[in-house]
Amino acid sequence: MTNDPMAEIRASFFVECEELLESLQDALIVMDDGACDSETINIVFRAVHSIKGGAGAFGLNPLVAFAHRFETVMDEIRSGRLEAAPDTIKLFFKAADTLHDHVRAARDGESEPEGAEEIIAALEALLGANGLEEEEVDFSPMGLSFDFAIGDDLPPAEGDLTSSGEIGWRVTFTPHRALYASGNETLLILRALSQLGRASVSCIIPADLPAPTEDNAETPLLGWEVILLGDVTEGDIRQVFDFVADVCDVDIASTVAPAPALSASFIIPDDDDEPVIDTTCSESPSGAPAATAPDEILPPAQPLPAPKPLRQPAQSSGTPHGEPAATVRVDLEKIDRLVNLVGELVINQAMLSQSVEQAGIGHQSDVMSGLESFMTLTRDIQESVMLIRAQPVKSLFQRMGRIVREASSSVGKNVRLRTEGDYTEVDKTVIERLADPLTHMIRNAVDHGLETPEKRNAARKPAEGVIVLSASHRSGRVLIEIEDDGAGINRPKVRDIAISKGLVPPDAQLTDTEIDNLLFLPGFSTATEVSALSGRGVGMDVVKSAITALGGRISINSTPGLGTKFSISLPLTLAVLDGMVVQAAGQTLVVPLSAIIETAKLEDGYVQRLSSTGEMMQIRGEFVPLFDLGRQLGFRDSRDAARSGIVLLTSQDDGRRTALIVDAIMEQRQVVIKGLGRSYGNIPGVAAATILGDGQIALILDPADIPRTATPSPINDLRIAG
Amino acid sequence: MSDLQTNSPEQDIELLSFRVDEQEYCVDIMSVREIRGWTRATPLPFAPPHVKGVINLRGTVLPVIDLSARLGMGPIEGEERNVIIVVSINGEMAGLLVDAVSDILTISRGELQAPPDVGADPSTRCVDALLLVEGKLIRVLDLKIILPADTRDAA
Repeated sequence: MTNDPMAEIRASFFVECEELLESLQDALIVMDDGACDSETINIVFRAVHSIKGGAGAFGLNPLVAFAHRFETVMDEIRSGRLEAAPDTIKLFFKAADTLHDHVRAARDGESEPEGAEEIIAALEALLGANGLEEEEVDFSPMGLSFDFAIGDDLPPAEGDLTSSGEIGWRVTFTPHRALYASGNETLLILRALSQLGRASVSCIIPADLPAPTEDNAETPLLGWEVILLGDVTEGDIRQVFDFVADVCDVDIASTVAPAPALSASFIIPDDDDEPVIDTTCSESPSGAPAATAPDEILPPAQPLPAPKPLRQPAQSSGTPHGEPAATVRVDLEKIDRLVNLVGELVINQAMLSQSVEQAGIGHQSDVMSGLESFMTLTRDIQESVMLIRAQPVKSLFQRMGRIVREASSSVGKNVRLRTEGDYTEVDKTVIERLADPLTHMIRNAVDHGLETPEKRNAARKPAEGVIVLSASHRSGRVLIEIEDDGAGINRPKVRDIAISKGLVPPDAQLTDTEIDNLLFLPGFSTATEVSALSGRGVGMDVVKSAITALGGRISINSTPGLGTKFSISLPLTLAVLDGMVVQAAGQTLVVPLSAIIETAKLEDGYVQRLSSTGEMMQIRGEFVPLFDLGRQLGFRDSRDAARSGIVLLTSQDDGRRTALIVDAIMEQRQVVIKGLGRSYGNIPGVAAATILGDGQIALILDPADIPRTATPSPINDLRIAG
Repeated sequence: MSDLQTNSPEQDIELLSFRVDEQEYCVDIMSVREIRGWTRATPLPFAPPHVKGVINLRGTVLPVIDLSARLGMGPIEGEERNVIIVVSINGEMAGLLVDAVSDILTISRGELQAPPDVGADPSTRCVDALLLVEGKLIRVLDLKIILPADTRDAA
């Protein structure tokens, strides 16, 4: 499969599709905000058109058919024959979603998505009186000639000929010997140029042209001057010379003058037509803005056998505003490997400095200062590598836009999603694993958070509910907030439900925050009846555990009548963490620094016995449960539990505190997180492992889980096979 | 190591033999990745007795199994003399702590004998086949049973 060039091109087509769909979404959102300028409409049109074009080349007929209908309607909008009313744009959003489904179905070889027919019907209803002059899909696939030299049976392009007064380009082109030596052909270049616009080509023959001899037979002496008129940009011309830029002299100058008289003038022979792929000719009416034309036309075949035809349309049409930032598409696996290697480098460097220190080399020595700058460099490399993995949350937020549309239409609420901080960058893994919890919370916000239109009217709120999804960086973490302007949490109801489900005792006195946090308890669901969206048993507790698994925290902030805000705070990366290296029962362990509130010396007077096994300690007037870390992890038994040592006061997401006794604190450092591997499942109290400076593995603790390990279940018995 | 038996009996196979608690065992050399000297393992909380802990294998976390304890014999004592055989089964790597590595044997498949059924002793179930080399009994281990399967469901 990897050897199949077609499969590779196909794969890259689907990657392009994702990008195009993204720009389509963006443009639709801009249109939805009321900006219906022609450029925005063109973006939508081009995105749909490019997808259709590519799909045609791969024979993805259902996708072509759907994209074609969509495009037809877009064309009506573009030409001003149809007004982009809010309802129409809503329909376009749906059509874009369906297009996305189609692309996905085509990619995975699945059957056509459902609901496409309805959308098509709705789209065609829009056309209405404008007639369905294009009932048949008359789109002819742009036969991509992967072998390039062979002519196609498409007619050559009729260049957009305009009056002669317009601005043209004077291109002077002198090939070097290397141009021919590397197998390029001047004729093909000149022909490509002549297809950009109306070209007149003259040959520059040097006055001192020597007679051909065997010695100079391979030395190119001729140059060419091309006067190019028409709607051509300098970039288009440069593109023609892309492959030969370093083996010839090219001079491109803007000119309005007619071609100067030259010694020899001729017309490029046309007999061996290059395929000019003009996808616009069958579709766009003659009134279509000419400015879009260059985007639609694939660049003429290059004389080099480097088949990358699909890249071109997306590059030109995908980033219509300004210069695109140069990007490279890299396999994620390669980046992961780099991240791992750098992780090892950090470990290795720590080991090295430790052994240098053990060798008794002083801190003032050259070796030490060299090592220190090495350390700084390693840190820098690590940070830069981590940045490669970071991605803007935009794609995730866009998916949420679709969730809101689907959710709101199924519960009959009018909801608008506003996103902020789309370009906040977060580790790719975090983004991937955030999709499910976020989907759930967005659905919850639509279903439970926002009121029905009637209730909103009664509360004198605008009929359209607003959900704001925002992302920002805050003190080394990523903050994602989901805020609705709904009714807020109905605290008495939440409390009643919690009591009726036996989650809290009936006489419990709960603060507002405590009541809000009841939502995160397993088995809690406020929906009195199971609605189409939520309340299917997957509650906020699942959301919370997913966030916690990412090293994040979630909190609720709700104002009755005004709305609810969920805040998710996430680490920037899952690969490193600041930890405190401690010792307990002879073992070296790492406690995440984010979980530690303070450290204190354990003194006898502090410890209070609560029950036969439970102990607590008093710290700043507050009682917190006290655990011996070594004992909790089963490294020593209760008899010789520590009576002295250091106490780490740790906090959990819900604000509960736990005190852990450790024997000693070694240091505070950044550690690289290593997975423990699948074989060992979940070890209670242990989140992951890391490698310390001496090459030893230390376990990274999950402080929230430590109290639960007090009664370890014999989980590992099953592993003893036989 | 069912493939040991399914392939044609004439074919030669290579086995790495080692000593555990005065008994000779061996594994298919194709599943052996490397042999390492003793490294102190970091114990895992609540791990079964035969799981010695985890060690650092060039940046990856490698679980180490005390083969003697795994086979129902006493844990391996006296650490520095012992070696860790790094094996890989189904893409999972693990270290087997053994007393000493003895030899590399090249035998034909026909020489392998099925072990007799002597009941449900865990150590016999780990033995896939038996082999007589110069009158000495060598047990061929089934690594799939030795190594913990994906215990995510179990845990």
